[in-house]
Amino acid sequence: MSAFSLRRLGGLVYKESLQVLRDPSAILVTFALPTVLMLVFAFALSLDQRHVPIAVVLESDGADAQELAAAFSGTRFFDVTPARDRREVAAKVVAGKLKGFVVIPQDFDARLKEASRGSLVQVVTDGSQPNTASFVGAYASGVVATWLSQRDGARAPAISLEARFWFNPELNSRHFLIPGAIAIIMTLIGTLLTALVVAREWERGTMEAVMSTSATVLEILLGKLLPYFGLGLVATFGCAMLATHAFGVPMRGSYFALFMLSSAFLVPALGQGLLISTASHNQLVASQLAAQTGFLPAFMLSGFLFEIGNMPGWLQTITYAIPARYFVASLQTVFLTGDVWAQFLPNILAMLAVGAGFFIIVARNTRKSMED
Amino acid sequence: MRLGAQIVKELLVNLRDGQVRLAFVGPPLLQVCLLAYAATLEVRNVDIAVVNDDTGRASHELVQRIGSARFVHELVVVHRAETIAQLVDRRKVLVGVHIAADFSRDVAAGRPASVQVLVDGRRGNSGQIALSYLQNIANDYGAELTGSRAAGVPRTEVRNWFNENLIYLWFVLPAMTGILVMFTTLVVTALSIAKEREQGTFDQLLVSPSSPLEIVIAKCVPAFIIAIAQAALMVSVATLIFDIPFAGSLPLLLLAVVLFGFSLVGIGLMLSAICETQQQAILSVFAVGYPLIMISGFATPVENMPDWLQTIAEGSPLKHFLVIVQGSFSKAMPPIEVWSNAWPMLVIGLISLAMAMVIVKRKLQ
Repeated sequence: MSAFSLRRLGGLVYKESLQVLRDPSAILVTFALPTVLMLVFAFALSLDQRHVPIAVVLESDGADAQELAAAFSGTRFFDVTPARDRREVAAKVVAGKLKGFVVIPQDFDARLKEASRGSLVQVVTDGSQPNTASFVGAYASGVVATWLSQRDGARAPAISLEARFWFNPELNSRHFLIPGAIAIIMTLIGTLLTALVVAREWERGTMEAVMSTSATVLEILLGKLLPYFGLGLVATFGCAMLATHAFGVPMRGSYFALFMLSSAFLVPALGQGLLISTASHNQLVASQLAAQTGFLPAFMLSGFLFEIGNMPGWLQTITYAIPARYFVASLQTVFLTGDVWAQFLPNILAMLAVGAGFFIIVARNTRKSMED
Repeated sequence: MRLGAQIVKELLVNLRDGQVRLAFVGPPLLQVCLLAYAATLEVRNVDIAVVNDDTGRASHELVQRIGSARFVHELVVVHRAETIAQLVDRRKVLVGVHIAADFSRDVAAGRPASVQVLVDGRRGNSGQIALSYLQNIANDYGAELTGSRAAGVPRTEVRNWFNENLIYLWFVLPAMTGILVMFTTLVVTALSIAKEREQGTFDQLLVSPSSPLEIVIAKCVPAFIIAIAQAALMVSVATLIFDIPFAGSLPLLLLAVVLFGFSLVGIGLMLSAICETQQQAILSVFAVGYPLIMISGFATPVENMPDWLQTIAEGSPLKHFLVIVQGSFSKAMPPIEVWSNAWPMLVIGLISLAMAMVIVKRKLQ
């Protein structure tokens, strides 16, 4: 094999670019799929609870009890169904139509007078959805506490916390989920695109044809990847445009930082796709692998939806190998905070390192498979 | 008889390849072992930065209490407010606490004392929960200081039915069964016709003595078998290895899996009928499958979505299946409720099958 030649690489890139631009499915993957996924992610994913359906079971007829029931009806987050009997609402909790219920017991007035009689009200939640359940429990307790303190005309608490949420003062969960979604979507696009396209070449036998030319393995792989690198960048910017213009996510950082981060991220994403395609030359298996080793880990282990700090220690260690982990955190910063290079640089290096790991394995595998 | 032979042939086509077999068995194991542990919105291991400008006893006590709280991983004591800003910017800490110089004086004088808390809004969900924990610490300490200890006694008794300790794994593993079954079934059926067409063998099938219905049934059955086997594997792992309680009825769940599989076969065949090549079929599975997951309520609850999207979510078979599988595991959901979530899947399957037939017929003409 001859030495690396830029001219030959240029020729290969030109050939592959033509091939990509003529292939409707590549265009579909880079433009239509991200747009559809961005819209779905942006509208469907929200951690902002609203209108959680609960029932308030009023067993007491006292004025105080009715007042507390009214306090529940007046909250922003609960959709309250009034009830008189806890049995009728219990069935609805089993059916999943209610997420829980509050019981204001018969002896509510007596309990209210004597603090020693224990709890005032009982809250039952549907534990089969743990997040909603803990929200219902916590928020219902808060409603009772607020009602009590207003009733007692209580003085200000001895210690109060003045909380401010930086970068996202209205606490709109979309503002941090959408930048994260871009990372997840690009993981899918990057790995799926390369995995499928290169697997197809193997399946059809055209890869061997290219391999038999005088071009080196490095040139062939780079020639295949550079057009997809370009498409990936275009897709990322398309997603960023959707995020800022259609969904009102602020862009406090610079487009230069976004460009650097996206470029660094595409290295491991494309590398993983290439690795998958060399591991399996079957399109079905390649797509399964792309979904199972690319998309799902990115979705679950990147901190996009589930905070990494909350995971078991051994799993946290694994997340260091997930490129999306670095990209999600950096994107959230670019959009919501600004250019924090002290955070970006280590992340960029980490992404490049993971990418380098993939490419080393690919290079070794490819050489081996050609010797067979 | 002919049908039986065809089904065997289709099963062999799908399972003969070792790599393909692995692709059906590997993912469930990977998901069970890794991903199920990741999915939690509980808040633990929070890093907090503290600036204490106050030298009094009260502030010292407050910092101590925060530092020893269970949800806190590391308490970073810094000396300047700007350092907090930097640490939050770089995501080194989730929360910054700033205690002003007159805190202890206010407490001693019985005046309301306040503490500034900065929360990273990029991690708004965890931030909110961490803030509520801090609020509890402040309330308890405040109540102790003013001697109104009774205020600290909880006036609300919260009980979580079906999953008392709100173990997140109990929610995730059953849900993953649905996602897994969905992808396998969609991929296998979507590829079935597209593959024959790409390889040119579809025409041969059509001129064979088999009727079109037989061909379609033979194509669907392997997907069904693989789907049911996967579901059985996941349910066994969930109950036997992870000890997740299964309160419902297995036959009802099996019925739900069959109907779920039916709706997916319908959607898969529809995609298969539209697509010309395997690659298009795979891409269409992704383009349809991921949105179906997102609107199913697996990642975030359906109730949080805008109303129009909740209406669309009714068209996701996974949404209905998740209600049933969750209901079967923890709740012992009564048959009537299972059915009220099962019939929409039947309808989805019938509609998509009909559409697949129409498309195939039009293409043949």
